Amino acid sequence: MIALHIIACGPATSIQDAGRYGFARIGLPSAGAMDLRALHTANALAGNRGDEAAIELAYMGLVARVEGGSVRMALAGAEAAITCDDRPERAHRSFLVHDGQTLRIGAMRNGAYAILAIAGGMAIAPALGSRALDARAAIGGWHGRALRAGDRLPLTAPAPCGPDLWSDPVSLDPQAPIRVVLGPQDDAFTERGLQTLIGRPFQLSHGVSRMAYRLDGPPIERRPGIEMISDGTLPGSIQVPPDGLPIVLMADRQTVGGYPKIATVIGTDLGKLAQRRPGDQIDFVAVGAAEAREIARQARLTPPQVHAVPEGLTGADLAASHTIAMLDPERIARVADAVVHAGDVSTWEAPAKSQQITRRSPG
Amino acid sequence: MPSVVSDASSLDLPAAAMVHRLRLKSVGDCGLLIEVGMRMAPQVEAQVLQLDQALAQARIPGVIETIIGYTSLLVVFDPLTTDFDELAASIEELADAPPVERRTRRRWRVPVAYGGAFGLDLDEVAHRLGISTHDLTAAHAGADYKIAMFGFLPGFAYLSGLPGHLAVPRRATPRASVFSGSIAIGGAQTAIGSIAGPCGWNVIGRTPVRTFDPERYPAAVFEPGDEIRFIPITESAFHELAERAGRGEMLAEQVA
Repeated sequence: MIALHIIACGPATSIQDAGRYGFARIGLPSAGAMDLRALHTANALAGNRGDEAAIELAYMGLVARVEGGSVRMALAGAEAAITCDDRPERAHRSFLVHDGQTLRIGAMRNGAYAILAIAGGMAIAPALGSRALDARAAIGGWHGRALRAGDRLPLTAPAPCGPDLWSDPVSLDPQAPIRVVLGPQDDAFTERGLQTLIGRPFQLSHGVSRMAYRLDGPPIERRPGIEMISDGTLPGSIQVPPDGLPIVLMADRQTVGGYPKIATVIGTDLGKLAQRRPGDQIDFVAVGAAEAREIARQARLTPPQVHAVPEGLTGADLAASHTIAMLDPERIARVADAVVHAGDVSTWEAPAKSQQITRRSPG
Repeated sequence: MPSVVSDASSLDLPAAAMVHRLRLKSVGDCGLLIEVGMRMAPQVEAQVLQLDQALAQARIPGVIETIIGYTSLLVVFDPLTTDFDELAASIEELADAPPVERRTRRRWRVPVAYGGAFGLDLDEVAHRLGISTHDLTAAHAGADYKIAMFGFLPGFAYLSGLPGHLAVPRRATPRASVFSGSIAIGGAQTAIGSIAGPCGWNVIGRTPVRTFDPERYPAAVFEPGDEIRFIPITESAFHELAERAGRGEMLAEQVA
């Protein structure tokens, strides 16, 4: 049995997948990766289904040893220094960790969350249909808890084959405005309150967790005398308690809430919000509900694009598309050729059941 | 001793509940909120449950799950599969159609040890209400409740039906953690706690029933709409039942 032996990790290191659905009616949040795009990309790089369970790192790094065989892995989302024994690796490019080698991932250099995907996933039974850790209910993850030093995670790693894969970095978009759909209780706020949410900058406070992100900024004015009856929430619901400072509910949200919800962050932007750090600026912009649904559809139809690493090219050569443009023409041709012939290496199929390998323009 | 009893009969919906016009709202890119009424009322709760059941039976492609509120139903759907306008039209149709299949009525008797170490706030609540702890316990255990919704913590059940004279404001300072199965009053509501967790409500008792257990199927004992009656038990009965619950017993028995 191949195992990943955790030697050290941050306290919020957990096993996450695309989430647990169907149990919100009894109070269970979906949980799942804070940045789903990072989960899908890391899995695509490791040759997995996009929703395969992986290890989510929060701010801090990880040290782990592979025991009993060799396995391909990939890190996506926030970037960090990576080494396998003394060999440097990089995020957004798969790499092999050989039997007995020690993988070291440093602290996140940008963003808050990174996903470490492991080819073949982990041999862990799902709980209520998902391997995502729900820490409050103490289900999913590894024995219903976060990972810690000494854990030995059983892997189902297949024998590594085929070329390594690379992708563009998952866009963390630290400056991008966060798009919201107003409502469902926008009528509990004054016109000025709505303009505050949309027109004024907010900052992420230190009150951040997988449950919710609390924001600092100008208080949002509520209409007086509005009586709110608790109703269902979604990841991305923006609650405004009496102090007027918004709280964005995240993956481990409470499923019902009694504060009026002024707006809802759209799914594609929730991962970008999740990657912000305390002190980062957050600007909200409103989009219509129909437009938001179209954005969600397009995102679902656009799986992460991964490309085979041509032999002889190093990870550093493939850092990003702008790096590709700086390579010499012969290398560009080899990259393009490899990408075209790599149709059998992408197994990203969930949830749109589509497979896509594209030829990158050399710029 | 049958500690929790469920009996099945049928739920009659008041016809008046069906004449409300629904308010449908978009929530983000994958939610549709159905507002059934503007204030809590038994017929509003009944219509929320009826809609929830009708939606489940309709099996509309792309509908992922629903979250029941006191006066509303949040429908979560996959925007890739489900067209919002078609979903909204289907919901209007379901609401207009008479309920074809009646929901099975479920009634539970839930054992509760009131006061002492099980209900740290019982004395204070009685004092604030100006009644004796005996009268408080008798009134709380003498009322018929319904599970209105779940939330806050996994399996945490919000009940409707608290007698008006037992309403008492939440604690000024929430407790950092209360026992699993805590029975509490917060404002005009009462609740059955599930797992241990923080609580701003006034804890008056504790049930040995494990209302949420992910190792069991179904994970949550109760469902929205279930009727609840609390049965006072002694401390020794609590410990005996808790031991049985620890061995995996559901402490539930369904009668015809």
